Amino acid sequence: MSVLTGKELRIVGFLCNWCSYGGADTAGTARAAQPTDLRIIRVPCSGRVNPLFVLKALMHGADGVLVSGCHPRDCHYSSGNFYARRRLEMLKDFLPIVGIDPERFEYTWVSASEGQRWKEVVTSFTDRIHRLGPAPRWADIKPRYDLPFNQPEKLLEPIRPLGCGENPSLGELKQAIRDALAAKPGADGRKLEGVLGWKRGFDAVHAEPVFMQTPEDVDELVWGPFNVHNLANFLPQYKGRKIGVVVKGCDSKGLIELLAEDLIKRDDVVIFGMGCNGTVSESRIRARLPENAVIEAARGQGATLVVSASGQDFELPMKDLAQDKCRQCVKPNALVSDRFVGRPVTEPEAPADDRSGALRFLDDLTLEERMGFWKGQMERCIRCYACRSACPMCVCRDHCVSDSRDPQWLTQDDDVLQKMFFQLIHAQHLAGRCTGCGECQRACPMGIPVFALKQQFSRMIKNVFGYAAGMDPTATPPLLTYQVEEPNIKERELS
Amino acid sequence: MSSLRFATPDALLGWLKKLAAEYRVLAPRQEGPSVLFRPYAAADLDGVSDPAALLRRATASPKGAMAPHSETLVRFSATKDEQDPAKLNVGLDAPCQAEPTVLFGLRPCDARGFVVLDRPYTSGSFKDPYYAARREATIIVTQACPAAAPTCFCHWTGSHPADSEGSDLLFTAVDGGYVFEAVSDRGRALLESSGFADAGDRQAAVEEAHARAAGSLCPPSGLEDIPARVAARFTDSEFWIRHTAKCLSCGACTYLCPTCQCFTITDEGSPLEGRRLRSWDSCMSPQFTLETSGHNPRAEKFKRMRNRISHKFSYYPQSYDGAYSCVGCGRCVVSCPVSLDIRQVVADAVKGAPGVNSDAAPAPAAKPAKAKSAKKSSGKE
Repeated sequence: MSVLTGKELRIVGFLCNWCSYGGADTAGTARAAQPTDLRIIRVPCSGRVNPLFVLKALMHGADGVLVSGCHPRDCHYSSGNFYARRRLEMLKDFLPIVGIDPERFEYTWVSASEGQRWKEVVTSFTDRIHRLGPAPRWADIKPRYDLPFNQPEKLLEPIRPLGCGENPSLGELKQAIRDALAAKPGADGRKLEGVLGWKRGFDAVHAEPVFMQTPEDVDELVWGPFNVHNLANFLPQYKGRKIGVVVKGCDSKGLIELLAEDLIKRDDVVIFGMGCNGTVSESRIRARLPENAVIEAARGQGATLVVSASGQDFELPMKDLAQDKCRQCVKPNALVSDRFVGRPVTEPEAPADDRSGALRFLDDLTLEERMGFWKGQMERCIRCYACRSACPMCVCRDHCVSDSRDPQWLTQDDDVLQKMFFQLIHAQHLAGRCTGCGECQRACPMGIPVFALKQQFSRMIKNVFGYAAGMDPTATPPLLTYQVEEPNIKERELS
Repeated sequence: MSSLRFATPDALLGWLKKLAAEYRVLAPRQEGPSVLFRPYAAADLDGVSDPAALLRRATASPKGAMAPHSETLVRFSATKDEQDPAKLNVGLDAPCQAEPTVLFGLRPCDARGFVVLDRPYTSGSFKDPYYAARREATIIVTQACPAAAPTCFCHWTGSHPADSEGSDLLFTAVDGGYVFEAVSDRGRALLESSGFADAGDRQAAVEEAHARAAGSLCPPSGLEDIPARVAARFTDSEFWIRHTAKCLSCGACTYLCPTCQCFTITDEGSPLEGRRLRSWDSCMSPQFTLETSGHNPRAEKFKRMRNRISHKFSYYPQSYDGAYSCVGCGRCVVSCPVSLDIRQVVADAVKGAPGVNSDAAPAPAAKPAKAKSAKKSSGKE
């Protein structure tokens, strides 16, 4: 297609300076006829191509994006394209969850001498994009606001019995913490400064994080279905200080990932663990009580939470209240601990279909429906960044790229594209690092199901690399490393 | 006075449809699990069969109607002069206009939120023309709060569920419909053109509804001399560190708040063509006070929380005749990811504040932790 026909589409190409850019030059010098839709951006290496470049182009009006670098094992910098291969493969699989056709993005390898091959690559990719036609624009998509997978009847059945009864080992846990706080400085000459745990919140169905420093503080420690917060999130703040933390299974995964990334030191943390019987979603409790009911008390009876509100008792089964992540949790016990109190909870077999309710729902939608879904959900984002603040793996803290003016990824416009793009940044930065605690979604004051984006990455990482984050403190997240021969990634030859 | 008017649900919806032809009508709308103030066109209102759908308690406050999340202050452009290419012609355009708006279905706490915003934005020597234009163009039609949520505490801030401060019209749900009362002249004019029937003998029903709502509130704070006592806490870092340990430093509290008014200004676009935006900023964010030099006077989160609480309960009252910059809507309590309860922090700050000898303040809600915190605070006097 040429510009003269007036049917040119917008295709962005990120080309490595050392190979494909030269290859395009070779094709030009040889006067090879090529379509003119491609706008080329020269980069020093395919490894320089941040997947966010591709996402930004696709979100802001590109009809297709092509990345081309040096053939594997032929990188000018020896390994840049190996990293690129992993990232771009993950990106390609990620695109459909936000409603972008993965066919609109391709990566391939062209060397500087392959003028003819470049011509074939650019022709075939341009033809492909023309077959697909102009990309749907966010502005034109009809938003969808509802969350069908959140309906009570659509909630997944828990794969193990969840409970909210009193844990008989809580007393033992408290004693262990009191002992640890009272203990003389250890071999490293440091005394335990305090222990992160939970205490009762402003009403009986809320707990809140607490930094326990005195025996009286420890008296207030609670363990149960309201201990929703992932306390690993606080650990990097105390870096260099010796503190303790109480963890559930999911929290311990966050802790392990922090250890794996050397963001905290094992010697700095004393870990207290207990088996978890599941946590609840506060909004699901609220939804089952009369509006404005004043909650007076809540007590667990086996698998039923009895909430006394406005003078009436409500018996609420845990399976109606549990957070989505708890429904499919296979690691309810702390994976790492210095002191594991009580008996471990029986660990269920991983279900054959371990997709969350949100992913099942999204998988059944068309690409256009998914885009409409995210548009409708993200419209109500208030950009408070609670998702980011609640994420234990969001370690940039006050140096987040979303706040940066140089480079500037986001504008301050109150517009759904900016809001969505932040979620893409967040998901992208957590690829292979997200331990699935779901705090991003729980913290969201507007109830936006942002966790699904991270779950999409996690499932791809598992499929392609057989890796799950937060299991092994000595592991390296798959996108921070590479293999010369990738068993599960086919070498992409476009022709 | 027989200035009360009565509207059946159908009459109310019909009136709103009529208004929608003339005004931008903003009212609560359910989106997913949240309720937000959104514009309704007449056609949207055709899909509403019961006004109750427009009267839900909103997750986010309506402050965006006057102070948008993000607004263009100035558009700028620079073009080369055709006669003299070395010269740049600079174009500036300040789109300071406001659409006539009816803000409908908010509660008295939200309406009072605008009174709180009015003081910094429109009183004193400098008036904010953008805010003032929107305020001028907006008619506020408030519903008397039918019942308090457990997290509501408007009575702590000198208000009540049927407070008409900041509203142009106030209406109360009674059997079979809604009783409207004009508060301002603007409201009176609007009500007169509504065609609603006289409310007849429904005054008693209205008063009963108001009393019922007032009775559903949590116990009063009993706190006295709050601004001075919160101010006296300023140097008590240990107090603030303790109360802030669980804070995640997100902006949920500030962005949901009907009274938080801080903003940041950024230029978007290129130096040759772009926009100067004003957008919400949150004092909970570490960047809020980050200076160009790299120095940050509020680098730690306890200093930021201290600022937020002190601004609402100490600095603002000192500047504006004792009025709090908090209307007690409770959104920051409900939506805080770590359940930080501002009532608790204020009560603990006031009780046994340094140099003040009082332990009389009752608890904001039944909480077993109370006695201990009070003891801890007074221990440091």
